[in-house]
Amino acid sequence: MTTEVGSETDVKKEPEKVPEAQHQTDPVQTDQPDKPADSDAQPVASAAQPEESRSAEPESPQEESSSPDPSSPPATGGQKKEKGISRFLPPWLKRQKSQSQDQASESAEQPQSLSPKEEEEESEPKAQPDGAGAAPNTEKTEEEKEEKQESRPEEVQLEENEKEEEKSVGSADTQPVREEKEAESEVKERKEEKKEEEQVIQQETSVLSPLRLNKKMKMVVCHVTLLDGSQFSCEVEKRAKGQYLFFEVCEHLNLIEKDYFGLSFKDNAEQRCWLDPTKEIKRQIRNSQWQFAFSVKFYPPDPSQLTEDITRYLLCLQLRQDIASGRLPCSFVTHALLGSYSLQAELGDYDPEEHRLDYISDLQFAPNQTKELEEKVVELHKSHRGMTPAQADAQFLENAKKLSMYGVDLHHAKDSEGVDIMLGVCANGLLIYKDRLRINRFAWPKILKISYKRSNFYIKIRPGEAEQFESTVGFKLPNHRAAKRVWKVCVEHHTFFRLMSPENPTKSKFLTLGSKFRYSGRTQAQTRQASSLIDRPAPYFQRTSSKRISRSLDGAPMVNVSDYSHAVDSALTAGAGENGPALDLNSDSKSPQVEVVEKPDTDVATSVTYESAIEQTDKGGTGAPERKSKLRVQGENIYVRHSNLMLEDLDKTQEDVLKHQASISELKRSFMEATPEPRPSQWDKRLTGSPATTLRLQAQGSTEVKPEVNGQPEFIEVVEETVVIEEVIKAKPRSPAPETPVTVETEVKEDRSLSSDSESEEEEAEYHAQTPSASISVQQIEEEPEEEQELIQQAPPSVVELQPITEAEPADSAPSAEEEQATAQPEEEECTDKDDAPNGHAPAAEAPPPLRAVEEEPPVVNGSVSRVEAELLPQVICCSEPPVVKTEMVTISDTFAAQKTEISTKEVPIVHTETKTITYEAAQLDGNGDGEPGVLMTAQTITSESLCTTTTTHITKTLKGGLSETRIEKRIVITGDSDIDHDQALAQAIKEAKEQHPDMSVTRVVVHKETELAEDED
Amino acid sequence: MMSAFGRFTHAVVRAVPRSLATEALRTGSLGELDLPRAQQEHELYVSVLKQRLGLEVLELPADEALPDCVFVEDAAVVCGDTALITRPGAESRRNETVAMKDALTKLGLNIVEMTDESATLDGGDVLFTGREFFVGLSKRTNQRGAEILADAFKDYAVSMVPVQGYLHLKSFCSMAGPDLIAIGSSEAAQKALKIMQQMSDHKYDKLTVPDDLAANCIYMNLPGKGDVLLHCTPEEFPESVKVFEKLKDHMLIPVSNHEKVKVDGALTCCSVLVCKSSV
Repeated sequence: MTTEVGSETDVKKEPEKVPEAQHQTDPVQTDQPDKPADSDAQPVASAAQPEESRSAEPESPQEESSSPDPSSPPATGGQKKEKGISRFLPPWLKRQKSQSQDQASESAEQPQSLSPKEEEEESEPKAQPDGAGAAPNTEKTEEEKEEKQESRPEEVQLEENEKEEEKSVGSADTQPVREEKEAESEVKERKEEKKEEEQVIQQETSVLSPLRLNKKMKMVVCHVTLLDGSQFSCEVEKRAKGQYLFFEVCEHLNLIEKDYFGLSFKDNAEQRCWLDPTKEIKRQIRNSQWQFAFSVKFYPPDPSQLTEDITRYLLCLQLRQDIASGRLPCSFVTHALLGSYSLQAELGDYDPEEHRLDYISDLQFAPNQTKELEEKVVELHKSHRGMTPAQADAQFLENAKKLSMYGVDLHHAKDSEGVDIMLGVCANGLLIYKDRLRINRFAWPKILKISYKRSNFYIKIRPGEAEQFESTVGFKLPNHRAAKRVWKVCVEHHTFFRLMSPENPTKSKFLTLGSKFRYSGRTQAQTRQASSLIDRPAPYFQRTSSKRISRSLDGAPMVNVSDYSHAVDSALTAGAGENGPALDLNSDSKSPQVEVVEKPDTDVATSVTYESAIEQTDKGGTGAPERKSKLRVQGENIYVRHSNLMLEDLDKTQEDVLKHQASISELKRSFMEATPEPRPSQWDKRLTGSPATTLRLQAQGSTEVKPEVNGQPEFIEVVEETVVIEEVIKAKPRSPAPETPVTVETEVKEDRSLSSDSESEEEEAEYHAQTPSASISVQQIEEEPEEEQELIQQAPPSVVELQPITEAEPADSAPSAEEEQATAQPEEEECTDKDDAPNGHAPAAEAPPPLRAVEEEPPVVNGSVSRVEAELLPQVICCSEPPVVKTEMVTISDTFAAQKTEISTKEVPIVHTETKTITYEAAQLDGNGDGEPGVLMTAQTITSESLCTTTTTHITKTLKGGLSETRIEKRIVITGDSDIDHDQALAQAIKEAKEQHPDMSVTRVVVHKETELAEDED
Repeated sequence: MMSAFGRFTHAVVRAVPRSLATEALRTGSLGELDLPRAQQEHELYVSVLKQRLGLEVLELPADEALPDCVFVEDAAVVCGDTALITRPGAESRRNETVAMKDALTKLGLNIVEMTDESATLDGGDVLFTGREFFVGLSKRTNQRGAEILADAFKDYAVSMVPVQGYLHLKSFCSMAGPDLIAIGSSEAAQKALKIMQQMSDHKYDKLTVPDDLAANCIYMNLPGKGDVLLHCTPEEFPESVKVFEKLKDHMLIPVSNHEKVKVDGALTCCSVLVCKSSV
């Protein structure tokens, strides 16, 4: 944390108090003389990203209304970006940013400086990999500090990082805000441009642009229940997005640190759902009422780090609710203690005359409040004399945060054996409870992937010390929507608490199926950063909650308390008013510009959120066409795959399934055998949902999906996919002459568009913890430590084998992050994807080669480039298929590869999916077991598209003895709505491979077909 | 809530019955228990608590019908001002809780009783770290017992740890300081530690001692004395003592457990520590 503090203080020093963070830049900049090169490039790069996101989002609403072409928004957004700073950036940067903003800032520098011109040439997919080109390592390390606890072994490194960080001051944390600042100081002309752009943006931010208002707009009144129980009504345009309403509420509350909060609503099944700020409200609530609740979404693990008292106050209100409802269990003593702080905050000092015993009987401190408890509360209240409301709140939070269920979002589920359990999503990861007992815990660093499919929810676990391979644990949720809900909550929590900046809402998704959903708001790190910029006098607010109308607080000694009346005034004047927001809709006064003045960081938040909006918007009706077009888009683009996070095999082998089962039962641990009668009681209360959950458990069946799918207006595609994957594994040269195996991967995919709800009914989705291994973005780094440890300690035989490769590769890609890479390597290595495009080279050339020395062979340009990218850009995926798979295989020695194949995990095939896998392996593969991995010299992947998608990956490695070996993997994905003759496709693929590379041999062919049966089609 | 981990004001102990030598339950075969020595040992233990550390010690009389009654730890789990009266896993020990309940009631603690007939819990399976509970699932403690414990102490997470090869969870581990877990070196102990680490949101330091039994020590944080650690003697576990001696900031007090260990008694087993004045 020291890091953060440091940086924040810097920020605070800045004298200017300007709405836009950008204006403040200069001081920061000057603070970092040490890294001249970086500082120059950095700001620019970093600046672009917030900008980009900002500009992008506002447009989407407009486009939706003004331009009839729904599928175009993303494209347009991109174009507009060109206007601003972004035009100085190479294309890939633009793309990349959204994916991992932080990393962008540092990594961007190099490519940018070198090839400013290239920007124009860009094509989207290509851009991503390149952007990663530079080594963001320095940033990564900084993250680790935050995670100190986990990274003990690497203390040395941490120290280094700290130094580094200090030098670079703001850059380290890379929050958008700061980045913006830097950018500003950096280039003044840019600054101006930016400003202009911002103005434009700000206007647009209001979502409801004047233009639209003039047209026929249907307005709807939203009712929002606030944390103090009061109602806030607000008129919004019918097609307004969630964030509009959310901002209205925050403005009403005079809340700046809003990122911890959210709006929720009850769906038809009475389940609480979070309103996605980037999507239209109407679509999310469906037929439900426009009734929402404002509540805490992310419980800050350390509330004392919140900047403003008002934020803490709201958090207190939420917790009081949680406690009173039983969702946050605590002991008698704790109930009493927390209750007494509540009293002190609300009433001030205990006054024997005014406060008789019954003065609290209308307050609820516990689910089952007893006289005894009330007496205890009063007793404790007396002892808080002199404590200000803010202090009382702080004390309240200090105690509440220690409760074991603080901030844990519980969901009913069953394990693979049908045993009732609870999934608890929290800041640190996923907790598994059986009844009241914690039976397992998966910290974010342990989780490689989160996915759901139908009513199943899966997490892929990083191998532990004793295990060789990752395992997947599956849980059965009551229904599909519940599964998705858990998944979303996980994605959001992971991003918010674990990452430095949100991941790009995937435009590029690999598995065609699935949700594009990503958390798009600010992360905790970002919001803290932004909060440090808050520069307003502490806002006054009235503490009235728990059914009481405000009381006189004469007895209270503290200023805050006695100033209430004033407080109310100022609060009201500052914000919108309590009433009739509808009226305000048309007026400018209420628009974001106002916010700018008072709340410096509002815009920043907006910008972040905006990013995803574009992508999300087009998703609904046009989902299917869109997606297809994406496939086509690939063209010559490169995509990089990397990191264990991304290693997904589409085909799941039998062994996988078995393994899966094994891991599940492991989960239950030996002691789980006896399952006492299910006890609802308190635990049910704790569910965000209602009893419905439990009931639905029984009802779930294959048919459950149908009802949900039906009757929904939106259109979605249900993808039937047939995947044929061919994997060729390298044959190891035994003779002097290098042998060159050819890999042919063929995927055949069938897409069928069916009607269903795109918004919430994706059949499945995956979320790869972007974190650690990727090494890509600074943020991710934090996870590294833990991984590292494991790797080091474990060293199973096979892993050992891999080592050589691992070390070699990381070396060139990311000089500074050796350890991380080492960890990530085994899986990450092959991620190489490369494009031939000239662009690719620039970054490559730049990629810091210092470590190369380690390698015996000078790296081939292409190869190195790709590798670098791989490391940097975890999430870049241009195509919808899982090219990843082969990546995995590439670098690994034969034996290992073979193993890997079997192990590859994918969702466990479920009832409705038919999976067919054909594998052909050339005999020569056998016996290559000695498995010297060799050094990867080059790797490149070319993807072209026509009727089907063909992805070709060339990998050249140097084996021991100076031999080199080239492996070509080709993956063909055929997507279609008609049946495909796989045999023919396979034959064709092999034939082509042979023709194209007569000098090579086909070593392995895998055909994977995955078809979803008609059930979902309904 | 957890600010004063290790802060204790009172201790409840119970005298050694003569039946301990002959009728006490035992898992191992470390030889015959020498009753007089055991009694002497226990007196020393009590005097350390009383004289050396200044705790207020409640000494319950021995009950010949309860040969294991000296091991009071199993009869109750005290945390804050709540005491959970357990339902010991061994049938013959169930009545030990009666006197314990009375004693703790006298101390003014909130008493929670484990009435569920299907539940068993030995206090020796309960490791309280100051932040959370780990409950060993052993021959003496079952899941239901752990659930009731979780209900009794709602503020804290309660995680389950399978215990194999030992009587209790605390047969091979204990707290040696705030966030410091003393753990034995055996495979079973290390495995249990791994589980605990995985289950916890907190990062604990560990103090690994060569001998599993030596990992059972008593940590206190007493006003005027600071960190206090009661641990095994050099006569019993010379190597492990060396490890403890690395804890420079602790007041180290070797306490012999040579005889009681023969009937699976460890240091923590012989007292229930209470901190009055919580909150």
